[in-house]
Amino acid sequence: MTDQTVPCTPALNRRDLLRAGSALVVTFASGLAQAQQRNTPQLKAGKTLKTDEVDGFIALAPDGSATLYCGKVDLGTGLRIAIPQMAAEELGLPLEAITLIEGDTALTPDQGPTAGSSGIMRGGVQIRQAAATAREALIGMAAQHWGKPRNDLTVADGHVVDGDTQERLAFSVLLNGKPFALKLDEKAPLKKPADYEIVGKPLPRPDIAAKVTGQHPYMHDVTIDGMLHARVIRPQAVGASITGIDESSVKTLSDVKIVRINNFLAVVSRNEWTVIRAAKALKVSWSNPASLVGHDKVKSWMVAAGNDAAQSAGKEVLTQKGDSAKALAESKQVLSASYYWPLQSHASMGPSCGIADVRPDGVTIWSASQATHRLRGICARILERPLEQVRVIYRDGAGCYGTNGHDDVCADAALISKAIGQPVRVQWSREDELGWDPKGPPQLLAMRGAVNGEGRLAAWETEMWLPKATASLPNIPMLGPQDAGINQPQGLSTGLISQNAHPPYAHPHLAVRVNWLKDSPLRPSNIRAPGKIANSFAVESFVDELAASAQRDSLEFRLEGLSDPRGLAVCKKVAELMRWQARPSPAKSGSLGRGFSYVHYKFNETYVAIGMEVEIKRRAGAIVVKRIVCAHDCGLIINPDATRQQVEGNILQTLSRTLFEETQFDTSKVTSVDWQSYPLLTFPDVPELEIALLDQPHLPPLGAGEAACAAVPAALANAVYDACGARLRNVPFTPDRVKLALARGHA
Amino acid sequence: MAVYQCSINGRIRPIEADDPDQPLLYALRNDLSLTGAKFGCGLGQCGTCCVLADGEVVRSCQLSVSQAVGKTITTLEGLGTIENPHPVQAAFVTEQAAQCGYCANGMVINAVALLGRNPKPNLDDVKQALANNLCRCGTHDRILRAVMRASGQVMP
Ligand code: FES
Ligand code: FES
Repeated sequence: MTDQTVPCTPALNRRDLLRAGSALVVTFASGLAQAQQRNTPQLKAGKTLKTDEVDGFIALAPDGSATLYCGKVDLGTGLRIAIPQMAAEELGLPLEAITLIEGDTALTPDQGPTAGSSGIMRGGVQIRQAAATAREALIGMAAQHWGKPRNDLTVADGHVVDGDTQERLAFSVLLNGKPFALKLDEKAPLKKPADYEIVGKPLPRPDIAAKVTGQHPYMHDVTIDGMLHARVIRPQAVGASITGIDESSVKTLSDVKIVRINNFLAVVSRNEWTVIRAAKALKVSWSNPASLVGHDKVKSWMVAAGNDAAQSAGKEVLTQKGDSAKALAESKQVLSASYYWPLQSHASMGPSCGIADVRPDGVTIWSASQATHRLRGICARILERPLEQVRVIYRDGAGCYGTNGHDDVCADAALISKAIGQPVRVQWSREDELGWDPKGPPQLLAMRGAVNGEGRLAAWETEMWLPKATASLPNIPMLGPQDAGINQPQGLSTGLISQNAHPPYAHPHLAVRVNWLKDSPLRPSNIRAPGKIANSFAVESFVDELAASAQRDSLEFRLEGLSDPRGLAVCKKVAELMRWQARPSPAKSGSLGRGFSYVHYKFNETYVAIGMEVEIKRRAGAIVVKRIVCAHDCGLIINPDATRQQVEGNILQTLSRTLFEETQFDTSKVTSVDWQSYPLLTFPDVPELEIALLDQPHLPPLGAGEAACAAVPAALANAVYDACGARLRNVPFTPDRVKLALARGHA
Repeated sequence: MAVYQCSINGRIRPIEADDPDQPLLYALRNDLSLTGAKFGCGLGQCGTCCVLADGEVVRSCQLSVSQAVGKTITTLEGLGTIENPHPVQAAFVTEQAAQCGYCANGMVINAVALLGRNPKPNLDDVKQALANNLCRCGTHDRILRAVMRASGQVMP
């Protein structure tokens, strides 16, 4: 299927869409349709992209249909149903009338990357406010038309309705083909939760039927007229240079072009299988810089780098309360433990894929990036084009869970398309994806703590070693341009990785310090719930260690220090669902155990409590997770089923990361480059799940895309300890580590 | 350039390839516009590329076009459509058993094959049948529910 067809849906007949083409267009009436055009100069004359203009987000058509322009994209997370629900509710429109356009930089306002669980919390809320502004304006127009006070008027079904006479005026009649030309009003009143008809309903997502019948147009399925296939041949070692290319090694393959820009090397062909064979056959020799530390030495490297003036990026006190040093010195028993979270890959099921069409008059990029607007800037910079000449069109990829290779692959495609003057599709291999996607950075935490005579938390210290994100770095350095010798801003991007680094329970004496590091062992980026997973793993495990040392029930120990009612509610819900009996850990059984963990995400977002039941197979060192219970409060729930699915995904993906995942590398390159060396959770590992969503219809919606992740690892570690007295402080919890911990108490 | 006559979704489709070892996956996706089967690893490790060959699950990244000749191939598109889905596809929709959905092809294809040989599998049977199909999004629980639903059973 060539990505050129314009299925005729009402929304697509609208003039601005025809002029500009569209990105991923989902109409609720007709499933999924799509269309787009190349970037052309006319695009500049398109609709406003301003985030403070109602017209930036909403267009109402004469036929009564509405188009939402959303800068955030649905990464498989359900925004595609939830955001239209929010807008339809405020605007008084049936859901079927709404078409959503996501991420297209020529049509949507830049609402920032779809990251940090911000899709609904910020992106959706902004569009909801635009919808409320629009509704107020429409009511105002009708009030003027009828000469009636606006208080008598309401909206329903795309009409303003007079409550007295039941007279109706269609939105399209009121607007008469004109745009709103209106600033977004932050104070436009929102509908009362009691009146919600669409928000809060578990409506099905519009993309699933197409996804399970092979009709959904993924990024990987897009084709463009005249498109060539390319494969990039990545260096043999990180930072290696080409020392020789034997072009004759691909002579037997017809129709193969070699593109080389310094150390950036690619092969191009009209045929995908030919180019795959060429990439394999091409003989290239590389230097071997051996510049990496190796995955098994990261921990010691971090500590050393923290003390090395050349590698340290400074020490910082993040939180201080009371005098923890004095309190610890005066305590009878001080516990200390350190926890480590390894480098991990985003490990998307579909290796990254992108298409670039670089022409003299404009550049079009097709991408599954979580940040199309950011990618637009990246492409403009590396191609040395003004921003207005670059358009990025979003297409769904495989779930990315942060900045995976989606941006890199588009930079690859842009370089090659520019070099050969034709549209180019680059598909990464499995080895490329696991080897070269930017990695979640490693985290090391050392805790010290003490319990007082009454068995309560008395003092706490956290010391962290973390790669430091570079301030105002526009994007991580792209692989292809780096090898091509193109100047780009250098630095690290990690996401906010220092949050949730101390327990949210009352404690008189507290200190959180961080040793910032200038570098990370492999190029880092944000990976789902950045930093908060590792920090909560360490904090909630160490809370358990302190409770156990005082012979206290770990849940009671937490609850007596917790005053936030929403936090208490999720904890108590899990306790109820697990029929939690108060007793100290470990249990008597020797193989069956339960664990608990609580996280208030970033200390100001979603509340999550998780309980787990496990069985330990001592001989095999195996952990069998039998049941996971989660209580989740993310404020107002827009779509309970989509939210539940996010929570399920958070839990199972993090279970995978905790049990199995570590990016392995030697001194020159990543060695865990397939699904055998980088294993994921599989179906036989899947436990029973029970999820309780605590709705807060009167509070703002918060994120559900990552918070639950953060509570998973400690609940598991605590359950393992409860089952067998072995404390796991290093991820992943491999059978070797379990056996070691069984033998010596910890690993 | 040789031509391989392959039976795909009930029709004989000629596939041109200059290499008899070219995996069927690329022919399906690039030549026949059947993009339901996905490229996930090319190594036979993930299952995103699955198709049915004579009713058995085959990874189309590991089956060459020359080997495909003489087999009856069914792809995800051959099972059903949005308007008229196969019962397994319908169950996936009812359970909303996809996040990104990149793995969905392999899950549906394997489920269809499983129910073909075992119409009333228990939960462990389903887990075993899908054991070599990976999902990054953590959609496993819903996929299990969907397969149980398609077999006319509820998940325990
Ligand atoms: S693509 Fe065929 S098994 Fe992964
Ligand atoms: S739903 Fe995304 S990989 Fe399974």
